Amino acid sequence: MKIGFFVPCYIDAIHPQAAKSTYGLLKKLGLDVEFIERGACCSLPELDMGYISHACTLEKGIVPYIVDKGYDYVVVPSGICTDQFRDHFDGVEQTPEVIHFRSTVHDPVEFLHDILKITELPGKPSFPYRVALHNGCHSLRYLNEARPTELMIKPFDKCADLLRLVDGLEVGYATRRDECCGFGGTYSIWDPSCSGQQGRDKVNDYQRNGFRYVTSQDMSCMIHQQTVARKLGLDLKMFYITEILNGDAQP
Amino acid sequence: MKQVNQVKLGAEYIAKTAHREMHDRCLWAARMRRDKVAASIPEWEEMRELASEIKLHTLSNLDYYLEQFAKNAEANGIHVHWARNAEEHNQIILDIFKAHNVKVVTKGKSMTMDECGMREFMAKNGIEINEADLGERIQQLDNQRPSHIVMPAIHKLRSDVASLFARTLGSDPKNDDPHYLNSVMRADMRKKYVKVDAGMSGANFGIAETGGIVVCTNEGNADISANLPPLYVATMGIEKVIPRQADLPLFIRLLSRSALGLDMTQYTSHYHGPRKGQEMHLVILDNGRSERLAAKEYWPVLKCIRCGACMNTCPVFRRTSGISYDAIYMGPIGIVLEPSYDLYKYARLPYSCTHCGSCGDVCPVKVPIPELVFYWRSEVVRHGYGQPTHNIEEGLAEPLLKSSSNLAIAEKLGLWALRHIPESIAESAVNPWAKAHKDPIPPEETFRQYYNRVIKPGEEKNEKSDQ
Repeated sequence: MKIGFFVPCYIDAIHPQAAKSTYGLLKKLGLDVEFIERGACCSLPELDMGYISHACTLEKGIVPYIVDKGYDYVVVPSGICTDQFRDHFDGVEQTPEVIHFRSTVHDPVEFLHDILKITELPGKPSFPYRVALHNGCHSLRYLNEARPTELMIKPFDKCADLLRLVDGLEVGYATRRDECCGFGGTYSIWDPSCSGQQGRDKVNDYQRNGFRYVTSQDMSCMIHQQTVARKLGLDLKMFYITEILNGDAQP
Repeated sequence: MKQVNQVKLGAEYIAKTAHREMHDRCLWAARMRRDKVAASIPEWEEMRELASEIKLHTLSNLDYYLEQFAKNAEANGIHVHWARNAEEHNQIILDIFKAHNVKVVTKGKSMTMDECGMREFMAKNGIEINEADLGERIQQLDNQRPSHIVMPAIHKLRSDVASLFARTLGSDPKNDDPHYLNSVMRADMRKKYVKVDAGMSGANFGIAETGGIVVCTNEGNADISANLPPLYVATMGIEKVIPRQADLPLFIRLLSRSALGLDMTQYTSHYHGPRKGQEMHLVILDNGRSERLAAKEYWPVLKCIRCGACMNTCPVFRRTSGISYDAIYMGPIGIVLEPSYDLYKYARLPYSCTHCGSCGDVCPVKVPIPELVFYWRSEVVRHGYGQPTHNIEEGLAEPLLKSSSNLAIAEKLGLWALRHIPESIAESAVNPWAKAHKDPIPPEETFRQYYNRVIKPGEEKNEKSDQ
């Protein structure tokens, strides 16, 4: 099984630990992982803003490196980018290879939970704390990694299942457990009032519930929440989920 | 014409802490009540799917059902009128009023009439219209549009209502007790009810099989309008038709549970014709709906039953209020509906969304609002109505993001800036991010650099030892 490892631009530049921990975990699981060195942007920022032709250029640009290499799976440590590839990668010709890529691209949560179906973590990581789990909106409602509270279906939560494999970790949630934290990509830049208010409401919710640690399968939410919490001077520490699963999270 | 700037108007509401907190709390409570009652119905998700399918079926055969509806309504003694647009709608009703020498009207809540600017039109023509819905009446007295389709004055504090009533109805400005405020309104409106010449209402459903309309309210505002005066005029959008009486209970079960978390609206009134001695008219309005129906990208928006659940759950709407959308329809459904009326004017609305997707999940008829937001953003850009800052931002992003080597340079520049630009400049007003955030702490190296420094040499060494 050959796995391509695609590192999103914001992970690479701002929180590379998310990529290091994911790569490290996949290697520890004994997998054949290849870093996609020439991978660039998944096109989400352009598509999200409605700039379809720009998005097409970006999508065409990365096809040779992520689609044409014959990977069995591509793992992307970011829910928003995984969703972009799966649900919106429409700017390129839908060849059998592109269709295969779109159906085999996963974020680490799906890959560990649904594909590898792991029941224990290598290296027996421990994190003996209460941790608030923030299911990022895209992972929650578009990748279906947990039951959104709006839907009257049987509850499930893939991140929580994985976190429970960590020794001593207690999974918890904010009171408004799956309300959007207001990141929304570039939304956080061109509507700083509302995005900021959503972020403040979210981190205050953790604070009221006595959390010190927060984790998510979406680092973009974590970067937003972490920098809002720092602005407010709150003692909160945010991790990408594989930082905890790989035993890299430092309390 | 000026574009509506929801971001700016929203920021004004966000800054009013007491208002924002009350608004967010009330609407979130409605969302929680909705979750609770929905969870008590085992077949909730099947109901949503069925309601969506009935709407899709009816919309796909709308000509057939509309004709059937109109024929049956006329057979019931209802005068049926067809209005292509808002002007025709208003003129038809004015002509009816003139023929009956109508001067004073009481009106139940109707988004469709708001859409036509009916009240303003009638005021110009010397006809006094009094809203019978409390929230709508508050908004009328304040000369302001409704801020929510189900709770028109939800953005106001009790104290706002007290000072408004003091100004317009002469009540005690310091007394904001709800019972007192209600009694002030009741005393004022009762005087009007007894002398009205005509009543008006909207319609939530038109049943093709029976030719009757169904109006759902929580205050009986449609009922007092329909039952008291000798003349009753209702307005219905063409998309409100459902095929059979037997289809109605499904929608009734979904509507109020989604809107307010109530099992049913307090009043679910069926009007199948005029009562004895009364004349009943029904205006069936198109106003762009058939064009929307023909547009393959966004015709499912016509499934909307106007429950407001998407507004209650929207994290942006709850913090900014419906007033900030400066449009007839606000919140998630507003940002995908208003651009179809005027793309330029409402070009910024589809951007008032974080793509959280919650609206799509609460919608009782599964209007694909999140997908429609993507669609309208691309339409805004395709028509050249994108904001100049967005054009620059996304124009610059394309070359920077399109190859790994360009991206590496962009990342290096960005990280250099994070490390070296002093905080006093980096977090000043020039950086919109700094308004709510600290800048991220830059990492020592990117993953790419780590890969080249640590992983790649190791891999090469392994490959050599394998040979």
